[in-house]
Amino acid sequence: MNEKAPYQKGWIFVIPVVALVAFNAVIPLMTVVNYSVQETFGNNIFFFEGIKWFQAVLTSDRFHAALGRQLAFTATILAIELPLGVAIALAMPRKGPWLSVCLVLMALPLLIPWNVVGAMWNIFALPDIGLLGKTLNNLSINYNYTQQPAAAWVTLIAMDVWHWTSLVVLLAFAGLSSIPDAYYQAAKIDGASPYAVFRYIQLPKMRRVLTIAVLLRFMDSFMIYTEPFVLTGGGPGNATTLLSIDLVKVALGQFDLGPAAAMSIIYFLIVLLVSWVFYTVMTRKEEA
Amino acid sequence: MSKITLHNLRHSYVPQPAGPDDWALKELNVEWSDGGAYALLGPSGCGKTTLLNIISGLVHPTKGRISFDERNVTDAGPGERNIAQVFQFPVVYDTMTVRQNLEFPLRNRGMPESEIPKRVEEIAEILDLQDMLPRRAAGLTADGKQKISLGRGLVRSDVNAILFDEPLTVIDPHLKWQLRSKLKELHQRIKVTMIYVTHDQIEALTFANTVVVMHEGTVVQIGTPVELFERPQHTFVGHFIGSPGMNVLPCDLVNGAPHVAGQPVKVQTKASPKANGQRLEIGVRPEYVRFADSGVPAKIIKVSDVGRYRVVETRCGEERVNVIVNDDMSLPADGAHLQFEPAFTGLYADGWRVD
Amino acid sequence: MSLELRNVVKRVGGETHIYDTSVSLHDQGFNVLLGTTLAGKTTLMQLMAGLEKPTSGEIWFNGQNVTGVSVQRRNVSVVHQQFINYPSLSVFENIASPLRVAGMKRVEIDNRVHRTAELLRLTPMLKRNPAELSGGQQQRTALARALVKDSDLILLDEPLANLDFKLREELRDELPRLFADRHCTVVYATSEPLEALLLGGHTAAMHEGRITQYGPTAAVYRHPIDETTARVFSDPPINIASLIKSGRQVKLSESVKWDVPAALNDLPDGLYQVGVRPHLITTKPNGRNTVPLTGTVQITELSGSESVIHFAHTDMKWVSQSQGIHALQVGATETFYVNIDGCLYFGADGRLIETPAADAVPQAATA
Repeated sequence: MNEKAPYQKGWIFVIPVVALVAFNAVIPLMTVVNYSVQETFGNNIFFFEGIKWFQAVLTSDRFHAALGRQLAFTATILAIELPLGVAIALAMPRKGPWLSVCLVLMALPLLIPWNVVGAMWNIFALPDIGLLGKTLNNLSINYNYTQQPAAAWVTLIAMDVWHWTSLVVLLAFAGLSSIPDAYYQAAKIDGASPYAVFRYIQLPKMRRVLTIAVLLRFMDSFMIYTEPFVLTGGGPGNATTLLSIDLVKVALGQFDLGPAAAMSIIYFLIVLLVSWVFYTVMTRKEEA
Repeated sequence: MSKITLHNLRHSYVPQPAGPDDWALKELNVEWSDGGAYALLGPSGCGKTTLLNIISGLVHPTKGRISFDERNVTDAGPGERNIAQVFQFPVVYDTMTVRQNLEFPLRNRGMPESEIPKRVEEIAEILDLQDMLPRRAAGLTADGKQKISLGRGLVRSDVNAILFDEPLTVIDPHLKWQLRSKLKELHQRIKVTMIYVTHDQIEALTFANTVVVMHEGTVVQIGTPVELFERPQHTFVGHFIGSPGMNVLPCDLVNGAPHVAGQPVKVQTKASPKANGQRLEIGVRPEYVRFADSGVPAKIIKVSDVGRYRVVETRCGEERVNVIVNDDMSLPADGAHLQFEPAFTGLYADGWRVD
Repeated sequence: MSLELRNVVKRVGGETHIYDTSVSLHDQGFNVLLGTTLAGKTTLMQLMAGLEKPTSGEIWFNGQNVTGVSVQRRNVSVVHQQFINYPSLSVFENIASPLRVAGMKRVEIDNRVHRTAELLRLTPMLKRNPAELSGGQQQRTALARALVKDSDLILLDEPLANLDFKLREELRDELPRLFADRHCTVVYATSEPLEALLLGGHTAAMHEGRITQYGPTAAVYRHPIDETTARVFSDPPINIASLIKSGRQVKLSESVKWDVPAALNDLPDGLYQVGVRPHLITTKPNGRNTVPLTGTVQITELSGSESVIHFAHTDMKWVSQSQGIHALQVGATETFYVNIDGCLYFGADGRLIETPAADAVPQAATA
């Protein structure tokens, strides 16, 4: 019977995917793993070094500082973008012509490439000619992101919020529009307050999409590179040197391939671990 | 609890209704007496859900007035009307336990904390939900969730009426009759006005003492299940209720007496019918047609054996007439004739019964 | 056009969905698969269609072993419970789609689509999109797509379940006509006994992954081989109760006894089961031999022309069904009459004990 199985050639169709994944994930990753355990002095001569680079990276102050900045940045933008996104989604009209207008407006920032966003804000916030920078200084607020670490941070966060809150809005809106009318009608009849409607209907029904939003924003913000690079190149000083900027500095600035590879792997594992923990916690709660 | 009255109620979803097709509800005047068990029965799109939403206050009628007892509530919102409604798909608050779900309407209305548990336990007992009280509502089956929706409606002692919008749609067939009997029992226990919307005649007739049959935005008959069966006021009611539905045959007047296919037919009417340009028909249910040696000639087309009786499809000229024949009776070979039981044969003019 | 299953078994994971099943379907009229929601009707149909492969056993079609031949290479049409149409195509294109796939000529496609649309009364809707149609029309479109090509096997999986009551009645009436002059095997799954009876043909009663009985519909209804089949083929549910035979009498409860029926005449005293279809229990005596049964009314379900009364006698719940509308008061004590001539008797093993008399031959269903 089994030799007549109808779909035995099915695996052929999987080959392209396997090949693709191999090229864009497995092979590069293996290359990085390879670098992370070796030392080179050029000329393509490599020595096996074991876990030396990992130890070095994990104990270096420089890495700790970059990781700290990264975590602070991610936490800040999540804390702003999620509530803001949900609030905007709640305020959006449910139907009618204004809905399309809102959706298009929301989608606009998402269509702009990272480096353009960086360049835009770079000019926008320049203290001498940028609209934002000049206005702030005219209001006698001393603002210069090229010199003040705090100003650089605020600019970077504003940029990210401007660029990515829309994503949270769209996801939250999708979650909201999947709630059947009957729920709102039932709540009206049960005499529920607007807060109760939000707390017991809208929030629980949005939880799945918000989980996805948090995951996406977490991973994306961990990978952020272009914007700080275009804005200040990680400066002033090391103020906005987030993980990927640091990584590139090590790898391409100093050509320390081993430490850079070890860093990337640690960096990759952190993202994987945090995402996994977060996802498990969120879905476990759902089943309980 | 109160009497609900609809005065000249009309509703349209079109901003500027012009023709009759624009009205989802055409002129309605209905009175729902206090404590009654009503059903709103009709096919999809007949306006029954619109009417229900107007009563609960979720939809504002285009024209007309709705009052609870003598109070005009046309402009009052659903919260003010003190109405409970159970929807087609169960609505439960996923993050709450069953108990919290049942407490929710009471808390929202500021019932003293000390009275809440007693009331909740009482309702849980009626609905057999006691064991589930501490469980998360999200994990329950569809019928469990629907019981919670029901419970949230029943838990408030001050409701004017409880409305049901096809509440058994998502319930497994074999559980349906249990929930139906539960509802019926509930009505007998708490005596609140209940209005039950459905397209399913079994649910409507089983639940209600009075059934309101709707068709294309109009009420075609308000009556008890027996009245709907024995004296349908409109050919639509005859067709819609009963399976197979009522036979409707065009008839002519010969010397003031109705004739079908040239044969006189006795009908249950006191008025002497006049032709005056109306479309005249007689209506008789398959249960009240039998084969005889004389009468309206018919041809047997098909016999379906349903086990407990047979449904015989005949043709009288172009018209189809169904006959229900009991197992022990034989069928005529050919050249069949049909007799209609006069007490259950009605005359209809333009669809409406002539009494 | 004959379809035959030989010792077909379907297991998924550790669970058996279809137990060893052998059946040879008729190629005239309907083959009805009758059973409750999880009886295995859909799985069996998927096996027949070739959408699923049996774990073991063979499927033969027209004398050929087609086990493992994919559905694309069999000439099969399927209609599902949900109205499945291509949402972006017009009704015409929906109906034409199987013919386009088969590469038929345009003129021929035109012809066939119009003929099928006429049959299903869809001609005025041909230019519309499925979303603009009512549920009944959408399901007619799906049916038209199944009918337009000359399939050897047509599988209808509860096609009327999602329709309003009256529409269901209407389409059920039309279905046998549609298939009347076609040469193909038609399989129709339903959970409603009445639907099986109205469609006629042959019925396979299914329960928990097994076909308990297959035969002409009326014969299966009147002579269910066992208790399970009787339960599957009865709506409202058949009343099945224990019965003690002792001497010349059988005893249902202290107050309800009757003479030993012909079926049990030659059998030893002891415990048997009696099956009483609800229509044999009425509020007025009906039939030559009846015994009274008193009970407390629990609820009366009214169907418009019939009343189904649930009542309790001793510890058991009983169901009575009678024509006309009788709304009995809940909680009232009423006397019902059991027509004992129509009772079914089952042995301790659950199998039907046939009445030896010759008049037990089922009346042939006229169709």
